[in-house]
Amino acid sequence: MRGLWVVYRKELEDHFSSTRSILLLTVILMVGLVTAYTVGSGLRKELEGMAKPSLVFLLLFTSTGAVFSLAQFIAFFGPLIGMVLGFDAINRERSARTLSKLLSQPIYRDAVINGKFLAGLTTIAIMLLAIVVLISGIGLLVLGVVPGWEEIGRMVVYLVVSVIYIGFWLALAILCSVLFRGMATSALATIALWIFFAFFMALVAKQAAEVIAPIPSGASESPEAILKNDQVRSIISTVSPVILYSEATGIVLDPLRKTTRSLVLMGPMEQLSISRFQSPLPLIQSALIVAPHLVSLLAITLVCFGISYACFMRQEVRST
Amino acid sequence: MDLAIETHELTKRYGTQIAVNGLTLDVKQGEIFGFLGPNGAGKTTTLLMLLGLSEPTSGTARVCGHDPAREPLHVKRLVGYLPESVGFYEDMTAEQNLAYVARLNGIEKSILPRKIEGLLEQVGLVAEARKRVGAYSRGMRQRLGIAEVLLKDPRVVFLDEPTLGLDPDGTQKMLDFIVGLGREKGITVFFSSHLLDQVQRISDRVGIMLKGNLVAVGPIQELAKQKLGVDQERFTLEEIYMRYFREGVPAPS
Repeated sequence: MRGLWVVYRKELEDHFSSTRSILLLTVILMVGLVTAYTVGSGLRKELEGMAKPSLVFLLLFTSTGAVFSLAQFIAFFGPLIGMVLGFDAINRERSARTLSKLLSQPIYRDAVINGKFLAGLTTIAIMLLAIVVLISGIGLLVLGVVPGWEEIGRMVVYLVVSVIYIGFWLALAILCSVLFRGMATSALATIALWIFFAFFMALVAKQAAEVIAPIPSGASESPEAILKNDQVRSIISTVSPVILYSEATGIVLDPLRKTTRSLVLMGPMEQLSISRFQSPLPLIQSALIVAPHLVSLLAITLVCFGISYACFMRQEVRST
Repeated sequence: MDLAIETHELTKRYGTQIAVNGLTLDVKQGEIFGFLGPNGAGKTTTLLMLLGLSEPTSGTARVCGHDPAREPLHVKRLVGYLPESVGFYEDMTAEQNLAYVARLNGIEKSILPRKIEGLLEQVGLVAEARKRVGAYSRGMRQRLGIAEVLLKDPRVVFLDEPTLGLDPDGTQKMLDFIVGLGREKGITVFFSSHLLDQVQRISDRVGIMLKGNLVAVGPIQELAKQKLGVDQERFTLEEIYMRYFREGVPAPS
């Protein structure tokens, strides 16, 4: 255990004092603060003269600012944080010849990789907490609305889910740093995987659903066929952490959303009349809807880390 | 008579390639043992197996009474290793590097500052202690590597090409230091080198590796008698070594 905590502390110190992390944090904070201010003032203008609805605080995160909403911003930049923290975790030590030095000390071999992963997770958690608290502060100032317990609960769940999600990308980056010798190679490999999951997975799921449960065109377009196609598509999409995360946070941050399905066969007038009768879900109910998503996200992250653990433990160490 | 290192038929195979073939040798506590051989002979692989950094395909080894494959932590507590190209964290100072390694070895935080200062004084790096290691020359890095090795008060020290790339003054100091380790502190030194005249100067015994096989082991005097057939005072280790090298690996009897 001792080796693990020593490595953990050193990696944590490195993460918070390296130029790279400081740059990253500065960029994220800048964009976050500007977006928060824009969203906040926009919301205040909209809500002027109206009785404040009960769940305004979360709107701070989900309404669109200049270009994107804060939730979208974190969904986009989060993986970047994870990748930057992890892409050179092991191969930097290997090329600087410090890995063999570390492993000649009386510590268990897995202390190295566990320490790095835990330090990365801690850094992510601290960064996210800082961003969310800062944005909440701005919201309080600009909107003048204090969040209720329900909203705080949802924010906590959102934070936990986000940390797990970014943790997946950290684990993936560490895996690439274990497998590839060059730091540039591992960085490119991680980015390529992210691009695939973020942009192409939806297409792949759709195509696969077409193959497995096609909707017969023409007269026999039954609702069952459409439903089955949609079901197959969403099952295949659960492989992608991007989709899991966006669905999960969509429900957690918006208490009025009751389903992950966006396939709604209703016209705009029907939607409008239904929305009058909508009541927000309590947190427990929202959490129950996304429980499978959360479990899958956690599982994918742990599997990814498990693979990098296994690979690292088996690798040969040569200093020359 | 205490054996610091003993191996028995130690073998390492990478697929069909045999890196170390049935190595059997022993080194007494306090001895200075020189390990010779051309590049690729299996010297570094042997060192890695003795340290527990690489798992042998077959055979056994014992370092200070412990099996490095089964009890690596025990071995690593007692053994210091200075690799051929020693690595440090370039952004940290010498003190910080040493402090990190010391914490990994479980050395008490309260005695750390004094211990590190003492070590840096021993290797002559006090003036540059606060500078980033990234700015160090090769000689300074070697000295810092020695300080790191001594940090855990080892019983055995493995050195891979310790004088390679050092200027004559640095080389002399390093050789004196190695001799001091063995004679004054009773630490066993197991080092590999190409620089045969230096090995001749300081070793108690030598072992010659060729293509993974240990073709000769013993005090240099004995090897001279065997190979050069003479009892004379003036022979060089180089002559002995080249004889063995040219003959190659003896066919198995």
